[in-house]
Amino acid sequence: MNTSNATLQLPGTSGTNKSVLSRCLRQPGVMIGGTIILLFVLVAVAAPLIAPYKPNTSDWMAIRQGPTVAHWFGTDDLGRDILTRIIYGTQASLLVGIVSVAIAIAIGVPLGMVAGYFGGIGDMVISRITDALLACPFLVLAIAFAAFLGASLENAMIAIGISAMPIFVRLTRGQVMTVKAEDYVDAARLLGVPHRKIMLTYILPNAMAPIIVQATITMATAVLAEASLAFLGLGQRPPSPSWGTMLDVARQFLTESPWMAIWPGVAIILLVMGFNLLGDGLNDALDPRRDD
Amino acid sequence: MLSYVLRRLAIAIPTLLLVSILVFSLLKFLPGDPAIALAGEERDPAVIEFLRQKYSLDQPLYVQYGKWLGGIVQGDFGLSIRTRLPIGEMIAQKLPVTIQLSVMAMILATLIGIPAGIIAALKRGTAADYGVSIIGLAGLSVPSFWLGIMLILLFAVTLGWFPSGGYVAFFDSPVDNLRHTLLPSLVLGTAAAAIVMRHTRSAMLQVLKQDYVRTARAKGLKERIVVVRHVLRNSLVPVVTMSTLHLGELLSGAVLTEQVFGIPGFGKMIVDGVFSRDYAVVQAVVLCSAALFLLMNLLADIAYVILSPRLRG
Repeated sequence: MNTSNATLQLPGTSGTNKSVLSRCLRQPGVMIGGTIILLFVLVAVAAPLIAPYKPNTSDWMAIRQGPTVAHWFGTDDLGRDILTRIIYGTQASLLVGIVSVAIAIAIGVPLGMVAGYFGGIGDMVISRITDALLACPFLVLAIAFAAFLGASLENAMIAIGISAMPIFVRLTRGQVMTVKAEDYVDAARLLGVPHRKIMLTYILPNAMAPIIVQATITMATAVLAEASLAFLGLGQRPPSPSWGTMLDVARQFLTESPWMAIWPGVAIILLVMGFNLLGDGLNDALDPRRDD
Repeated sequence: MLSYVLRRLAIAIPTLLLVSILVFSLLKFLPGDPAIALAGEERDPAVIEFLRQKYSLDQPLYVQYGKWLGGIVQGDFGLSIRTRLPIGEMIAQKLPVTIQLSVMAMILATLIGIPAGIIAALKRGTAADYGVSIIGLAGLSVPSFWLGIMLILLFAVTLGWFPSGGYVAFFDSPVDNLRHTLLPSLVLGTAAAAIVMRHTRSAMLQVLKQDYVRTARAKGLKERIVVVRHVLRNSLVPVVTMSTLHLGELLSGAVLTEQVFGIPGFGKMIVDGVFSRDYAVVQAVVLCSAALFLLMNLLADIAYVILSPRLRG
């Protein structure tokens, strides 16, 4: 975790930055989830080093072969090594998780801050649009955006990012409205500190904790959504490896080659579980009401 | 009560209007001439001209939107390019299938989630609690389409207990209908069960801390009576509300579940629409699911008010 300590400091929680960090690290969810994610990141980065084969190289002598010593997880319909493709598939999943959440935060947090800080007509417009987006089921919205934008990994990131954005608007707005009522914000305003500076240095850092928790949980949602879009043919284009696409292909050979369907799913569960565990753990650690 | 419902409706309707603007503007994402894009695979100039007329594509945007919305208010969602059927009719045909799946999924989720949550809360910190929590976490993390594939592999391909897909209408054969819908509803209900379990657990833990629970115990009531009459009844309020809210998200799950099991429901309609570039269908599905979601929210609010009389004021 590379979050700077200052951003995690909450008013009302006793203790220093160090204690916030140690509180995080004492949560088993943070440790286990963090380790799982770290392992996946290592796998994604080191893919060319650890993968036994090239992701798109076909072995025409080993089409849809069950697990063997040469191919631990078997091969697919084009004779490609499944383990290799799962290792490379980590890259697409992590990339979508990170980029789409970054898009959601980059749009959602500033909008939420403006709405919460200034209020008025701007708040009304932003909040109503947010309500409208939140009324659409997440995946249905992502599918619609992906369909209208066209199928590709980049468009999947944009579709998932926009669909995940409204939750950050609502969350940030609520947080900012709470923090805005604090005395030190009034004091800063009386001293003539410009709005921009108040928002960025006085309010945002103190509104950050729930946003970080939400970002972690949204990564789990985004990874699942990417796999779902790819499964439906709206994500990563073949032949580039993606867990969702692998499952889509595997489904067509379910009776003859069931092994093709097992491991990509296990990979998705593990990564999503990692993000969920981390999110739950951070939530418990950063919740100021909890003091046990 | 009535005024409360009306007030909630007054908030929901402008939201739905905004959704319609959003859905309408999706068309603007399409590259090139929207009439040609709307026609999809169809290259017949007559069809393209018909679409141009139908959606008034040569007129200003607000006129286009007004006509489009005017049609929808009267139940006219346009024609599906692929099936050549009115989209409104398709929705009327497919929505009941998805509603059946969702209701069965919610029943399964309640039957699994509430007892699991009660056990986890009563045995807090024990192996049972951790076990239930880990299973719940897995339920939240598993991609529904993969779970569907695995269940098909086990119960249809290997054991042969259930068909591997397809759908039979309830009124044609109730038994076959249930055989075809049980696995899909289990898949659809898994995430919901995990959510119900988590809410039950945390709500129970909240209530167990209350003074009146201590009083009930102190006056010598049996633990079972304390749990059922005092704890459970008060814990279920947030559980019911949160579960109703989750019904909207079931639509997301239905998209994948129906795709995996080949069930001709509302969720599969959007996927088919995407594949055949049937953009009017995609728009209609998004709009309808938002309307359903808002309706669910309204029901959740009403359920909340009914269950907690303190808020009725």
